[in-house]
Amino acid sequence: MTKNSLYSHCLHFGTIALLVALFFLLPAYHVGNLSRIMVLAVYAMGFNLLFGYTGLLSLGHALFFATGMYGLGMAMNTFGLPSELALIVGVVCAILVSTAIGLLALRTTGVAFMIVTLMFAQAGYLTVLYFGSYTRGDEGFVIQQAERIFAGVDITGETSRYFAALILFSIVFLLIAYLVRSPFGRTLVAIRENEERTKMLGYDTVRHKLLAVIISGSISGLAGAAYALLFGYVGATFATVQYSIFPLLWVLLGGAGTTLGPLIGVVFMFYLIDLSSELTQAYMLIAGVVLVLLTLFAPQGLAGEIRRKVFKWLP
Amino acid sequence: MDFGPHLLLASLEGAVTAAILALTAMGLSIVFGVMRVVNVAHGEFFMIGAVIAWAVASSFTGNPAIGFIAALIVAPLIAGIIAAVADKLILQRVNYDPDRTIVATIGLLYIIQQTALMTFGPDARPVTPPFNTRLSLPWFEIGESGFVMTWPWGLSTTSYKLFVIVAAIAVLTGLWVLMTRTKAGLIMRATQQDSETAQAFGVPVKRVYSYVFGLGAGLAAVGAVLVVPIQQAHYLMGHDPLLLSFIVVIIGGLGSLPGTVIAAILIGMSDGIISVFFSPTLAKIIATLVVALVLVFRPHGLLGKKV
Repeated sequence: MTKNSLYSHCLHFGTIALLVALFFLLPAYHVGNLSRIMVLAVYAMGFNLLFGYTGLLSLGHALFFATGMYGLGMAMNTFGLPSELALIVGVVCAILVSTAIGLLALRTTGVAFMIVTLMFAQAGYLTVLYFGSYTRGDEGFVIQQAERIFAGVDITGETSRYFAALILFSIVFLLIAYLVRSPFGRTLVAIRENEERTKMLGYDTVRHKLLAVIISGSISGLAGAAYALLFGYVGATFATVQYSIFPLLWVLLGGAGTTLGPLIGVVFMFYLIDLSSELTQAYMLIAGVVLVLLTLFAPQGLAGEIRRKVFKWLP
Repeated sequence: MDFGPHLLLASLEGAVTAAILALTAMGLSIVFGVMRVVNVAHGEFFMIGAVIAWAVASSFTGNPAIGFIAALIVAPLIAGIIAAVADKLILQRVNYDPDRTIVATIGLLYIIQQTALMTFGPDARPVTPPFNTRLSLPWFEIGESGFVMTWPWGLSTTSYKLFVIVAAIAVLTGLWVLMTRTKAGLIMRATQQDSETAQAFGVPVKRVYSYVFGLGAGLAAVGAVLVVPIQQAHYLMGHDPLLLSFIVVIIGGLGSLPGTVIAAILIGMSDGIISVFFSPTLAKIIATLVVALVLVFRPHGLLGKKV
């Protein structure tokens, strides 16, 4: 084991240990926030795999998040499936949708890729509204508390919810950390840096990019399904453009192409919005200002700047 | 109402939508054509235009026409200045890098929209049209008693809606003259074709970019001023024009101005007609899917040339 990978193992397991410790240290209000943050961080990590590591900017990830969310929500509410099966349904839906979107959208590059993903997500959002009699449209629907039992554990309580979120977060966190150091992840980074050269070296870039879209979309869908299950609400808001912009914001703020960046970004943005929404109803103003400042002054985000200036080994 | 008159009514509504859309999309198309950047905040300049139109029109008492004409001059000017300043402060500094420009203009979108929410408030506000005579339209039919002219109930439009169509045509003609017959147009086209060579020949490319960005925003604002007497001003109203303009610009071929006009008429009319006969949501779903697929399979749009 090299020194760098030892460091990054310490960092990853240290982060998880810190999150366990925070449960006992923080007051109840922040514990509640943190379980939400961890689920959203899963979404951000899914986005980061595509944007940060592969260099593909999708402006339509809300489609995958909402697919997982509605897949689980409707499986439970409309078809009465138990939550374990419904979670699988949600993830399978996300895999199918992301495969279809990947096959179509990857025929384009650059700005066209962004617009195509944006348009598909918009069509998805409008579809949710159009079938309002099943999806309840903007109003959304609530998953009854009695049904939210996963593997025999009632996950509506604060403690069980926190640890359910933590387990999900840890699995995805370690999976991504493993993935980006694997030959597969290295190839994605190579595609980000120079696709032509990677192709010339004999790598099948099309297949790698498609796999990146599918894995990224499925993780986002998993986050959506988990969000619906843990917080009991499914609504069209989560399919709007705003929820495609959020992961971009989180990842840019935290640091694109770093394993820890998504979590850092979500924590910062969550508390920034939480604090500013107490002051004004126009809390998205903060998000706008942060986005502009980031593009101008810190295009690599917080973790990216730390890596550039202090710890070169940061994964 | 029978199908025929109903279709005529739907086409008239569609023509108004198409007129507004042509103006708004033209702004986006010029910016993309000359500067090669995608301005995600374009819809917000539309909203600025509408909100300022309301502010100006409501500060004039007396004849609504005076306030309206004042708004038609002031709103595009202010929107243009805001855009030009944003270009200087933000876009110029990221060197018009395509990815970073998109992220920056997303930020700009929220800044403008939320500032409007804080100053203008969350309510929708109407603007009185300068004139609004109801015009009944005749319908011709060949029935049992031969050729007859009837006046079906409900088949009517207003003088203001016809004015919107005429005004849009006038502005677009003016723009065409500007682009093809003046020195400013020549400079813009030179910058579009090859900005480095243009720079070498003494064209102040940076300043041209600022003006073009301002012009694009101004065109959106003109569209908005024309639309507020029909549709109220609201801080979230920039969303639909942005989406539709994107659709139009892509279908018409990125950066092709005649393509933009043709696509605006196509999309505006079909949106109007589908919305009347089916659901507006379904019309939008179809339109967005068509755009995505056009981009996937014909990346240069219907009239676009291969780059």
